[in-house]
Amino acid sequence: MSRNLLEFKSVSKSYLENQVLKDVSFDIRAGEIHALIGENGAGKSTLMNILFGMPVIHSTGGFEGSIELEGQKLDIMSPFDAMAAGIGMVHQEFMLIPGFTIAENIKLNREIEKKSLLNTITSRLFGKRMKTLDFKQMNKDARAALDKLEMNIEEFTLVQGLPIGYMQFVEIAREIDKTGLKLLVLDEPTAVLTESEADSLLQAMKNLAARGISIVFISHRLGEITAVADRVTILRDGELVITKDVKDTNTLEIAEYMIGRKVSIEREICETRKFTDAEIALSVKDLHVAMPNERVKGVEFEVRKGEIFGIGGLAGQGKLGIANGIMGLYETRGEVTINGEPMPLNKTRKMLDAGVAFVSEDRKEVGLLIEDSIRHNIMFTSMNIHSEFLKAGLIDKKAIREHARKMIKDLDIRCTSEKQRTGRLSGGNQQKVCVARALTQKPNVLFVSEPTRGIDIGAKKLILDLLMELSSNGMTIIMTSSELAELCSICDRIAIICEGEVVGVLPPDASPTKFGLMMSGIKDVEEEVQS
Amino acid sequence: MTEVVVEERFSLIKAFKKIPFSTKAVGALYLVILILGLVNGFSFSRLLSDSLHLFGVWALFSLANVPSIQAGTGPNFALPIGIVNGLLAMVLVLAAGFTGMGFIVVASLVAIIFGSASGFLYGKLMNAVKGSEMAIAPYTGFAITAVFGLVWLSIPIRHPNMIFFLGDGLRHQIPLDYFRAEFILANFLFFEIFGLEIRTGELIVVVVACVLMWLFFRSKMGLGITAVGRNPKFAKASGVNVDRSRVIANMISTAVAALGVIVYAQGFGFIQLYDFPMLLAFPAVACIVVGGASGQKANVRNVVIGTFLFQGLMAIALPVFTRVLAGGAGAGIVGPIRMAIQNGIILYALSRMSKGGK
Ligand SMILES: Nc1ncnc2c1ncn2[C@@H]1O[C@H](COP(=O)(O)OP(=O)(O)OP(=O)(O)O)[C@@H](O)[C@H]1O
Ligand SMILES: [Mg+2]
Repeated sequence: MSRNLLEFKSVSKSYLENQVLKDVSFDIRAGEIHALIGENGAGKSTLMNILFGMPVIHSTGGFEGSIELEGQKLDIMSPFDAMAAGIGMVHQEFMLIPGFTIAENIKLNREIEKKSLLNTITSRLFGKRMKTLDFKQMNKDARAALDKLEMNIEEFTLVQGLPIGYMQFVEIAREIDKTGLKLLVLDEPTAVLTESEADSLLQAMKNLAARGISIVFISHRLGEITAVADRVTILRDGELVITKDVKDTNTLEIAEYMIGRKVSIEREICETRKFTDAEIALSVKDLHVAMPNERVKGVEFEVRKGEIFGIGGLAGQGKLGIANGIMGLYETRGEVTINGEPMPLNKTRKMLDAGVAFVSEDRKEVGLLIEDSIRHNIMFTSMNIHSEFLKAGLIDKKAIREHARKMIKDLDIRCTSEKQRTGRLSGGNQQKVCVARALTQKPNVLFVSEPTRGIDIGAKKLILDLLMELSSNGMTIIMTSSELAELCSICDRIAIICEGEVVGVLPPDASPTKFGLMMSGIKDVEEEVQS
Repeated sequence: MTEVVVEERFSLIKAFKKIPFSTKAVGALYLVILILGLVNGFSFSRLLSDSLHLFGVWALFSLANVPSIQAGTGPNFALPIGIVNGLLAMVLVLAAGFTGMGFIVVASLVAIIFGSASGFLYGKLMNAVKGSEMAIAPYTGFAITAVFGLVWLSIPIRHPNMIFFLGDGLRHQIPLDYFRAEFILANFLFFEIFGLEIRTGELIVVVVACVLMWLFFRSKMGLGITAVGRNPKFAKASGVNVDRSRVIANMISTAVAALGVIVYAQGFGFIQLYDFPMLLAFPAVACIVVGGASGQKANVRNVVIGTFLFQGLMAIALPVFTRVLAGGAGAGIVGPIRMAIQNGIILYALSRMSKGGK
C-alpha cells in the first residue's frame, strides 16, 4: 500500500499567459484510490491530460516539471505512450465512436487478431489492417469487462444513441479491459450517473483497487470521495493545497480547503411551499417522445406557476426525453399547454416564443457553440428569439459585452475574458455558460436538465440558489436530474420516471427508500415499505 | 473572482504567427514573382494594376463561397449554377436590345433573380443530401453546365452578333463591344494614379458586395446561418430553422455567383458560354482557402486577401515568366508553367481545406 506508483514533481502548465497549474507535487500509491478535487477550472483535467499525454497539452507548449512511474521518469508524448506505460483514462468528455458497437469501442485500436497461417501471411503482405478480427473473442472480453461493472447491456449494441450514463460505463469497461493496467484515471465518471449507478461504479472501483490497480478519481461529489477514496489531493487555482488521508478528514473540511473559506454544503431546509392556488403553468398529457434510449411513453403531469418540479429516474428510463420532447428536439406527440395555451409540438421556435427555455443535458452537442466566444453563446438564443442585442438589425457588441460580463460575474464563470472560446473553458464553467444563455432569454418556464453536472460544490450551491430565487420570482422550473439529493434540495415535488412513464410523484422529504423503490418501477410504495 | 479583460497587447510577431500558412506560402510566392518582375524591368504599378484587375473580376466568385461555407454546406463547388444563371441573364438582356450601362444594370437584376431562384432549388437539394454535400455539389455543377450546353444551342435567339456564323446556336464567345457593353464597370470613373490603373466601377461593385456580406453575417439571419454551420443541434434548440437557413445561404451564394460572371464578362469584354462555367469553381474555392478559410469557416477577409494573392499571382506570372523565359527555353513553355502554378495552388488549397489553411 505504501509503495509509490506515480509521482508528480513540480508540474506547472500555462495556456498562453494563463497559468493553470503551479508547481504541483504529490504521489499516488499502488492500489490506492486517490481522489483529486478542486473547483471548476482548478486544473484537475489539465493535470490528468498531462499525465495521459493528450495532444492539447503538447500543441500548447507542453508543461514543466516531471512525472515518475515506479521511480522512472516518464516521457509521455501521446496517449499511446501512456497506455504502453499502463495508464488508462476516462475523460470528462466522451471519446466513443458512435457508429461502432460497445464491444468494438472497448477493443478500439487493440482489436484481437485471429491467429492463423493465413493471417500471418496477409499481415506480412498488407500490414496489420488486413488481419481478420476475432469478433468472438472481442465480444467475450467485452462481455467480461461489462460484467465486472455489473452492466447488463448487450455488447453488440451500437454506442450511437446510448444514454449518457451507459456511455460512461462503456468507457470504463474499455479501460478495465486493458491488460497491464496499473493506473486508471477517472475524470468525473459519476457526474452523469444516478446515485445507484454511481454506487455500483464505486463498488467496481473498490474491486479494481483491491486487485492492485491505482485509481485517480475526480469528482465534485464529496460524499463519494469520503466513501471510496484512501487519500485526497485538493487543488485550488492550479496550486496544491494539501494531500490528506481521507480517514483524517471530512466533507466539510475538504470543501473548506477547496474554496478557501467556510461553506455550508447543506441547503437550509425551507418550509414546504404551497402552490394549490397558483395557476397551472405547464400541463403535459399523454406525452410520447422518440428520443433513442430515453423514450417517453405516455407521461402526464402538471406544474403550477412558480413551482420547481423535479424529474428523476435511472439512466435510460426516459426522464431526459421529456424536456427534449417538449422543446421539439425529438419526434413527439401528446398534449402540452403552457399557461393555458395549447402548444403545437415539434416546433422548437413556438416553445421558445412562448417563453420556454431549455438547458440541455448534452452541453457539448446541443448546449454550446464550442468555437465561439462566451459572450456569443450567452446572447445567441435571446438574439434569435427576441431580437435582443441588435442595433439597427446588426449585432450590438457593446450590449453583448456588458451583458456577458454581468453573467460572468453573477454565475462566477471562471474565464480569461468574455471573449474566450467556450471550448477552452473547464467543463463546469461551460455548464455555467449554458445556464447563462437560458437565463438571458428571461423565460417564464425553464427546463433544466442536469444543471449542475460537473459543477463544483460552491458553484452548485450558487446555481441551485439561483434557481430557487428565480422560482420565488415566479419562474416555473422543471429540473431533470440524475442526482436525487439535488432534486430533494430544491424541488417542491419530484416525479420519478421508469420505463417511459411516471411511476409516482413524491414530496422532497419522502424517504430515500421510497425514491429507490419507485426508480425500480414499483408503484405502490406505501405497501412495499410496509411489507 | 472574475478577471476582467486583459486587452491583448498588439504585437507584430503574434500577428504574423496568426496568419494561416497557406496565406503566407502563396503570399511569399507572389512576392517572389513580383520581385522577379521588378528586376526584369516591369514597373511596380504595372504589376499591381494587373493584380487588381484579376482581383476585381474574381472577387465575387470567391465571395460566393462565404454563405455556403458558413451554413455548413461547404464551399460552393456548384458555382456553375450561379454562373449559367448570370450568363443566361446577359444573353437574354442583350437579345432584348439593352446596351451599355443599361445592359449591366438590367442583366444584374435579372441575374440576381435567376440566381436566387436556382439557389433556392439547389439549397433544397443540399438539404436532401445532408452529409454528402461536398460530393454532390461539384457534380451538380458539371450537370448544369452540360444541360446549359444544350440551352445555348437551342435557344431561339437570332441576333447575328450572338449566333454561330453557320447554323443555329449561340457562339462560344459573344464579344460585348458590338453592344457597347465591354469594360462598362472597368471604365466607370476609371483613373490612373502613379501609373496604377484603378477600375473604379468594378471595385465599387466588389466593395459593396463585400460590405453587404460582412453586414449580413452580423445580422440575426446571418448569425443564425453561422450557428447552423457550426452546430445544427445548437441552432435548432435556439429556434433557428436549420433547413431554411441552409436554403437562404445557398440562394445568396448562387446570386452572388450570377452577379460575379457579369463583372467577369465586362472585365474581359466578352461572354463565354458552354464549358466555361466549369472552369471557375475550383479556382474560386482555392482563392478563399488561400485567404485562410476552411471548409467550415470563412469570412470576407479571407475573400479579399485570398483573391488578391492567388489571382494577383496568376495575373503577374504570365507577363513576368514570358519575359524571363523569352531568352531561354522560349515562350512556349510559359502557358504550361502558369497552368502548373494555378493547378498546384488549387490542389494545395483543397488539401488544406479541412485545416483552415493552417
Ligand atoms: N485548451 C485550453 N486552452 C486554454 N485554456 C484552457 C484549455 N483547457 C483548459 N483551459 C483552462 O485551464 C483551466 C483549468 O481547466 P481544467 O479543465 O483543468 O479544470 P478542471 O479542474 O478540470 O475543472 P472542472 O471541474 O470544471 O472540469 C481553466 O481555467 C480553463 O479555462
Ligand atoms: Mg475537468
